[in-house]
Amino acid sequence: MMSAPASEPLRRFLQVARGAGLRVSAAEGIDAARAVDLIGYADRTILKDTLGLLLAKTPDEKAAYEEVFDLYFKRDEFAGDKPDDRDGSADPDQNEASSPSNGEGGDGMGGQVGQSLGSLLSSDDRATLATAMEQAAREAGIENIRFFTQKNLYARRILDRMGLRALERDVEAMRQTGTPEGLGRAQFLEGKVDQLRDAVRDFVERNLILYAKGETEKFREELLKSARLSNLERRDLDRMRLLVRQMAKKLAARYAKTRRRRLRGQLDTRRTLRRNMGWGGIPFITVWKQKRIEKPRVMVLCDVSGSVAAMAQFLLMFVYSINEALSDIRSFAFAGSLIEVSDILEKEPVEEAITKIMSLIGFGSSNYGNSFADFEDGWMKHVTNKTTVIILGDARGNRTDPRTDVIGRLSQRSKRIIWLNPEYRSAWGTGDSDMYRYAPFCNLVTVCSTLRHLERAISDILEDAA
Amino acid sequence: MNDALPLEESPLRSIDSVEYGLSEAGYIANRQISTAIYMAHHLQKPILVEGPAGVGKTELAKSVASWLKLPLIRMQCYEGLDESKALYEWKYGKQLLYTQILKDKINSVIGDADDLGTALDKLHAFGNVFFSHQFLEPRPLLRSLQEPRGSVLLIDEIDKSDQEFEAFLLEILSDYQVTIPEIGTVSAMVPPIVLLTSNATRDLGDALKRRCLHLHIGFPDDKLEAKIIGSRVPGIDARLLKQLVSFAQQLRGMDLKKVPSVSETIDWAKIMMLLHTSVLEVDLVRDTLNVLLKFEADIEAAGKQLAGLTHKARQDAGIA
Repeated sequence: MMSAPASEPLRRFLQVARGAGLRVSAAEGIDAARAVDLIGYADRTILKDTLGLLLAKTPDEKAAYEEVFDLYFKRDEFAGDKPDDRDGSADPDQNEASSPSNGEGGDGMGGQVGQSLGSLLSSDDRATLATAMEQAAREAGIENIRFFTQKNLYARRILDRMGLRALERDVEAMRQTGTPEGLGRAQFLEGKVDQLRDAVRDFVERNLILYAKGETEKFREELLKSARLSNLERRDLDRMRLLVRQMAKKLAARYAKTRRRRLRGQLDTRRTLRRNMGWGGIPFITVWKQKRIEKPRVMVLCDVSGSVAAMAQFLLMFVYSINEALSDIRSFAFAGSLIEVSDILEKEPVEEAITKIMSLIGFGSSNYGNSFADFEDGWMKHVTNKTTVIILGDARGNRTDPRTDVIGRLSQRSKRIIWLNPEYRSAWGTGDSDMYRYAPFCNLVTVCSTLRHLERAISDILEDAA
Repeated sequence: MNDALPLEESPLRSIDSVEYGLSEAGYIANRQISTAIYMAHHLQKPILVEGPAGVGKTELAKSVASWLKLPLIRMQCYEGLDESKALYEWKYGKQLLYTQILKDKINSVIGDADDLGTALDKLHAFGNVFFSHQFLEPRPLLRSLQEPRGSVLLIDEIDKSDQEFEAFLLEILSDYQVTIPEIGTVSAMVPPIVLLTSNATRDLGDALKRRCLHLHIGFPDDKLEAKIIGSRVPGIDARLLKQLVSFAQQLRGMDLKKVPSVSETIDWAKIMMLLHTSVLEVDLVRDTLNVLLKFEADIEAAGKQLAGLTHKARQDAGIA
């Protein structure tokens, strides 16, 4: 039973499912084959439920699965049907071929291979044509298509396998004859061939979606994770937000619980005795002292001036998405001066909050010294030895006083200061950058310009919260 | 579990018979749920049931057990659950007691031994007396493997347990066996039907998910919910039932902190039966709303729209 070979339609469906981003392991494939053996293909709703149980393991995957199941098996149904069945809605050829005049019947002339294609085209037998196309596509290995640049290649291969070349030769020959019927016929067939081309291109495109959507998306996401956040394109923003949420959710899940760390070598006498009371206090089981690892309290200071604004948005989004792993977040935005923005961020979704913050404190030129002084006046008293302070900024204060003394005092009061700088390390200290003046007071100074950097930085913060 | 029966008579012979059997046990299952139970039996795989609280995840396991007349073994997961509580533990007390009692007997066993070596050999001949099944305290997982007729094992709220425990479960879930160092590997006599439930408070590991069928139970639609309540609250007036269901479904459409679950609707229906209600009145609904909604803010939010909601519910039931 274990070795039940996956039947052809199932094997291809699994491939399609993987393409759509479902992670189907080989073991799951075997299970799917066993399940299909059990229930067969006859009832599509049962088949859908069954494979859904086996292949899709999250709500997202369920949705993707349903989409791909419908897409795939609708197609399959058509291919399985006999040509006399004409209602096949998946027939790509139908729409195009039905409009033009198809009165002139007649037979294709010449060519042996082209004969069949030519007669197919002129007899307007759409179902047979579509079946031939499916057949040709299978031979051309359409399931291996991955990139949109391969569209023409596959279209060409399919057309070749359907016998287009021979037909083209015939058409040319007809033209050569010079007779009116010959010319007319050639023109008619050329029109049909154009329609066929469109149909095939359409067909290839649908297959590209079917087989390669997931992979293209994965590729794109990988790219985005390591793209510099300052030069993102607008159309990628939504996807980025989604990515941030995903990453944050992962981190939050890992760190959400208050953790305990076992202290080596320190016996918890009281609890050991209690635990071993059952056998007269003889310590069969030892209990060690434990240390509670608290969730970090975080204060985030974000430079929202033009140069760093894009990054600030993602940092804030990240921090607020992991709030279940943090005990208390307060956030501040600054450019020329500093304000607290915790309220705005708590009340509104991050995207809107950011716009609001921008309009409040705006795109002025940054003045780090001034902003830090503001912080000391208003909020320094809330900083305790449990607070982690995260500062995001390029440390370019436009040649104003950097007020490193404030950061010095902050570093004494707080648990630690982490400075995230979106600039390359080589640019630190050049021009008006005061990075190296601040660096001695920070526990960690790190480059942070992509989502990956951001994820790593936050995960570090959560990691050694002990 | 029904291996003795020929396939045609097995209650698990088809998806339809599963659906019928569950409804006999008082659980109104949709097609997906019965397909899952059917597959779990035939592929011998555990089912991971996910879905919001109160849609009948735990109830499903109970119903399967009562339908197949198998013992239900339930293990509630929580943070810090470990193998000594889930799998087995040695009866230390008993072991100690027996060593004390048997002290005197030792002499008669090894009394005539000349030296230490012979004494040891004689002792070895008795095998692992103190680490044998008699001194093993089976916990839920081991118990379910030892049931001679098979069992329904419910591992409740697996997402509440630690990641380490999840990894520990993998062996039992994929091979229906556990390894006890002192004794060896214990395999199931009859593989149990395993159901794991999760409220998705944390993402479960891929390894675990891969070994399970994944069943998502959402809120039922109005027809199914009416059927469920009808079977749980027998004798309820059909028109009242319609109103209750319509009301609950409307609440689920609202933006609430926690929408009412099926179990809460059932409770509400029972209360309405006790109060001999046949038509929903705004005041009555207001007084009993805390059965359906558990947050002050939700009750307040719904309270403002009570008149509209009640009216719509009555309309749906065909009461002017």
